[in-house]
Amino acid sequence: MTAPNWKRLAAAAVAAASRVVEVPFHAVQRAFGVGPMPWLFLAPNLVIFGVFTFLPLLINFYYAFTGGAALYPSERPFTGMENLATLFDCGNHFDPSTCRKDLFWRAIWNTAKFSVLQVTLMVLFSVITALVLNRKVIGRGFWRGVYFYPVLLSPVVVALIWKWILQREGVLNAIVVAAGGAPFEWLTSGSWAFTWVIFVSIWAHMGFYTLILLAGLQAIPKDLYEAAQMDHASPWRTFRRVTLPLLMPNLLVVFVLAAIRAVQTFDEVFVLTGGGPGSATTFIVQFIYQTGFMEQIRLYGLAAASSLVLAAALIVLTLVQLRLAGNRDAKQR
Amino acid sequence: MIGFLTRTRGRGRLDWTDWFTYGYLTLGLFLMFGPVAWLVLSSFKTESAIIEFPPSLLPMGTKQVVVAGEGKPKPIYRVTLPDGTTRELAELRRIGLVSTMVDPAHPDELLRVPIDRRTPVREFRLATENYTELAGKFDFGQYLWNSVFITVVATIITLLFNSMAAFALSKYRFAGRQTVFLLILSTLMVPPTIVLVPNFLVVSELGLLNSLWGVIWPAVATPTGVFLLRQYMLTLPDELLEAARLDHASEWRIYWRIVLPLTAPALAVLAIFSVMWRWNDFLWPLVVLSKSEKFTLQLALNAFQGDLVTQWNYLLAMTVITLVPVTLVFAFLQKFVTQGIASAGVK
Repeated sequence: MTAPNWKRLAAAAVAAASRVVEVPFHAVQRAFGVGPMPWLFLAPNLVIFGVFTFLPLLINFYYAFTGGAALYPSERPFTGMENLATLFDCGNHFDPSTCRKDLFWRAIWNTAKFSVLQVTLMVLFSVITALVLNRKVIGRGFWRGVYFYPVLLSPVVVALIWKWILQREGVLNAIVVAAGGAPFEWLTSGSWAFTWVIFVSIWAHMGFYTLILLAGLQAIPKDLYEAAQMDHASPWRTFRRVTLPLLMPNLLVVFVLAAIRAVQTFDEVFVLTGGGPGSATTFIVQFIYQTGFMEQIRLYGLAAASSLVLAAALIVLTLVQLRLAGNRDAKQR
Repeated sequence: MIGFLTRTRGRGRLDWTDWFTYGYLTLGLFLMFGPVAWLVLSSFKTESAIIEFPPSLLPMGTKQVVVAGEGKPKPIYRVTLPDGTTRELAELRRIGLVSTMVDPAHPDELLRVPIDRRTPVREFRLATENYTELAGKFDFGQYLWNSVFITVVATIITLLFNSMAAFALSKYRFAGRQTVFLLILSTLMVPPTIVLVPNFLVVSELGLLNSLWGVIWPAVATPTGVFLLRQYMLTLPDELLEAARLDHASEWRIYWRIVLPLTAPALAVLAIFSVMWRWNDFLWPLVVLSKSEKFTLQLALNAFQGDLVTQWNYLLAMTVITLVPVTLVFAFLQKFVTQGIASAGVK
């Protein structure tokens, strides 16, 4: 018995598939020449972007201004600004309990608080880690990999790893007990759950930003440091005047990416805490998901209106960051 | 602190900043790998060992021995006898507070021991049954298949579609090229979370709800992939294409036979990214796939951890299996991933 030659089988399969796919390409070229060929090559991508990105974007607008529980747009009554008005109906926007949709505002303030804390702390630790890795360390590739590994894990796996550690009979409580404390329900106290959500999300994503910052640090010309040394610049001054300014473009990129991602945090938190206890760790994307897909009556209109609010936040965030970057460039020039 | 922040290269001798460096890195090793190591160790614990508190570091199971004349292996206990001596005995059966025990070396001599006089003898044992019983316990094979199917098929289509678009955008001059390129890049700014609700409508109108294709199609046109491949194809010399055209090669042939093989390094990077994206996807499959037989591994994990009685030993084993592919990528292909992140700035 001979083992099948997998390499040859795969090559044959690819060749056969190509013979099917190439038919329209040959036909069009024969009929119309080279002119339309680039559009034919673009077509599959553009169709998918059209159907699954641009069309939904338009429908989302329509949804946001219609009511009822029907999924099909033509069956939905036009209600104008009602959805947005419902979302923004508040006695005091800073106090969610005075709002008609109190969960929406809790989610917004939770997301804001989470984003500010998570992004700041994560970028801080990423910078420190990148600086450490940029030193002359033995086995840098290995250490870099250590911080990068969690980035590859799925959010569900990340959440389960930490849920297992943080549960009542978990290893963290074992350490607490060994140190003379009492076991604690880490995820059923609102403020602790919030703290752990920030910690876990930093743990999972830090390596990615460290990598970008490390690449930025390694691109700084070495002779600048030699020049600083010749001028007897203090280490702190060298950091302020050489490292920081030259790292700034990367630092801004990292801030933008981290903020845009933080605002959309969902998966890890949803599996780790389910948004609880209560609504202590419910963020805006979870609100959209719950409103649109988990409730008995699926309020697609309200969910779509909420995602408009999220989109607005993302656009503002991007514009602010672009402006920041522009200012900095102008100053340096 | 300041010296550490600024100095980039040491000068051969170990000062306190070096100590700080290695201290920091070791702490990082513990914090980053520790939780995963703990998960893997825990996944090999028996059902009873897993609910122990405080937990043992290594997976331990009660030592077992085959006693002559008994079918199943019997657990071994350390017993303090009335005369003060301790012996290791196998427990044959237990009635109430009294256990019937026997010395495996002398299977004829039965001893009756109060249960508070015995403690189990434990040894290092990997409970591989957590893994082997998975297949029968849940529809594990089905979830694994769903995940593998989505990942493989979506990656193949992604490579094909994205490289075709990248080819058009890098090797042709035509009116509207810049517009199309910017349009594709702009979709980077539309995160899937924004179009969750309308995309659900589109997918359900196409009859793809609760179908694996409902997860695959919306995901295969990635702006990141088009961008990555286009940048790479721009570096290929156009003379190659001209030469082929003089030989009357069709446009498809040029793409398939000349450009695509030369783009292999960039395709490899995109393939790795695509595998990780699709394998780890959660929110979109959660919306599209609501029937449990269509669940991916990620959805199944989420569903089981929410059960009232979580069977942690199976759940942890399933989690470990779920992280195997990305760990393999990490171990063998890390170079490509970091290179991809450096060149495209996206994950």
